Amino acid sequence: MTTPANAIPDRLQTPWESRLKSWEALLLLVAIAIFIANSFASPYFLNAWNLSDATFNFTEKAMIAFAMALLIISGEIDLSVAAIIALASTAMGAAVQAGAGTPVLILVGLGTGLLCGAFNGVLVTRMGLPSIVVTIGTMSLFRGISYIVLGDQAYRGYPSDFAFFGQGYVWWVISFEFVLFAIIAVIYFVILHKTNFGRSVYAIGNNPTGALFSGIRVNRVKFILFLLTGLMAGIAAICLTSRLGSTRPSIAFGWELEVVTMVVLGGVNILGGSGTIPGVVIAAFVIGLVTFGLGLLNVPGIVMSIVVGALLIGVIALPRLWSQWRQR
Amino acid sequence: MIKSLTTSREVLLFAAIAVLLGLIATRFPGFVAPSNLADVFNDTSPLILLAIGQMIVILTKCIDLSVAANLALTGMVVAMINVAMPGVPVAVILVIAVGLGTLLGMINGLLVWKLDIPPIVVTLGTMTIFRGIIFLLSDGKWVNSHEMSATFKAFPRAEFLGLPVLSWTAILAVIVFTIVMTRTTLGRAFYAVGGNAHAATYTGINVGKTQFWAFTISGALAGLTGYLWVSRYAVAYVDIASGFELDVVAACVIGGVSIAGGLGSIGGALLGALFLGVIKNALPVINISPFWQLAISGSAIIIAVAVNARANREKGRIILKSAEQAA
Repeated sequence: MTTPANAIPDRLQTPWESRLKSWEALLLLVAIAIFIANSFASPYFLNAWNLSDATFNFTEKAMIAFAMALLIISGEIDLSVAAIIALASTAMGAAVQAGAGTPVLILVGLGTGLLCGAFNGVLVTRMGLPSIVVTIGTMSLFRGISYIVLGDQAYRGYPSDFAFFGQGYVWWVISFEFVLFAIIAVIYFVILHKTNFGRSVYAIGNNPTGALFSGIRVNRVKFILFLLTGLMAGIAAICLTSRLGSTRPSIAFGWELEVVTMVVLGGVNILGGSGTIPGVVIAAFVIGLVTFGLGLLNVPGIVMSIVVGALLIGVIALPRLWSQWRQR
Repeated sequence: MIKSLTTSREVLLFAAIAVLLGLIATRFPGFVAPSNLADVFNDTSPLILLAIGQMIVILTKCIDLSVAANLALTGMVVAMINVAMPGVPVAVILVIAVGLGTLLGMINGLLVWKLDIPPIVVTLGTMTIFRGIIFLLSDGKWVNSHEMSATFKAFPRAEFLGLPVLSWTAILAVIVFTIVMTRTTLGRAFYAVGGNAHAATYTGINVGKTQFWAFTISGALAGLTGYLWVSRYAVAYVDIASGFELDVVAACVIGGVSIAGGLGSIGGALLGALFLGVIKNALPVINISPFWQLAISGSAIIIAVAVNARANREKGRIILKSAEQAA
């Protein structure tokens, strides 16, 4: 099953040569092409406020995607992230009913996210269960709890200063969410690419047994990654709840698949072991630009999902088709 | 013999379902009346059909997240054919449904086989694409009951020996695929590929091709279920069976199918689906809000996978013991 890609080359590529051929470069090209196509397709595209609005399409999902990228690189997955958003949002709604102010709401949101992440982490690392099944289970469980609490009702009446997180602007057209997205991107870039912890994530994804024998506490790293993913889902829940101003149990439905799409589109190997944060950042922009551009052209959301789905398969299939064709 | 029976996953699950039914019967004897049990089975039949296909896919170390979207797309296509040409007989509709479902399954299978793309990525993509195509075809409109012809709607409800055709389809599928999985080369190849892909290659099994057939079967069953679903509920729209793929995976996991591949049985998938079906149908009877259903099935999945993990570990020890005895 070895492919020539795994073979050790005689000569290493020069940095800029390999960078040009990299996934990120290809993706960036796609992003630029979409940007140009959009500006020709719609006269409303090149407008600072419209572009700023467009960022809301992906900032919340991208925040989760960074943590998810680390998790997938380590060889695990968390399909319960959207359900964690629902549960965290429900918990915040309940806190509002109990008279909590904005600082308490933030703590409730982050705390719920961390608890859910810890629950997933314990099931996967302590009990040794496959994460894909565990998180399909907790996905039903977490959202199920929201349904039990809320039924067909909704929580409203969030305090007015809570609206800042999802609707506030830091400077001119730069929204608070976008700044948060950028800061989180930098933090995850440093964690994954500049720390020992990041290296151990790659090591675990490539060879968990080897990582264990080289002294990496595999289960502990994985547990932390589940915690981080839960935390990011909690942050996304705060932003989304604040932006919508209400909580329904169906909030963020289906987001787990969009987040995974973003991560995979960003060049992270779904089987673990490789991927970069810049890739995920560019993938977030690609998806955001595609949905926004099609939205300006009055293309319904469901048709955009065709494009996103085709993009997901296409970007992975085309390089493979190309290399198969070259080998012939 | 008795020990292997009591530790067998199917027997355990069967006992769990029996206990569940017994508990419900103590308060609501009407629930376990044969006619009601038949209704529960009929209601669970689509889940059983899809779980059989999904089980085979999972057996080969893949996953098919596009089954529900395949079902919805096929259902919409046959419903639109029925509206445009009410004269088309049900037999032709069935052929179209199975054929289209098979084709969609083959697309998944080809992407996995020929391009070596991870199955979860492939089916995640095709899932959204299939749903989008339904929207393009239907323009977002519903095909409602009054637009469908009477014969189109009557087929899954037609009674035969006291059971509706929908139930018979599920029973037939269980029998056919039990034979396929235990008595044919292809069936054993599914187990071999999932159990140990390298060993399977050395015994002359084409791993990718076997996975392709798994996706094809899953697609065919999804297509068949698509027609049955749309005609039974007498409505077709973009979001039918939305999220149903997770119920299907859940049924497999509860039925003891190992997500790591190579381990599982048709009987297990059947019982896993029935377990979820009983819970779903019992909740309204015992007066629990249907909003509880999601959390309960979620907990059932987590418990089932935990039990699976333990059972598998014990199984390893038993094999070693019997090997010692043999030596």
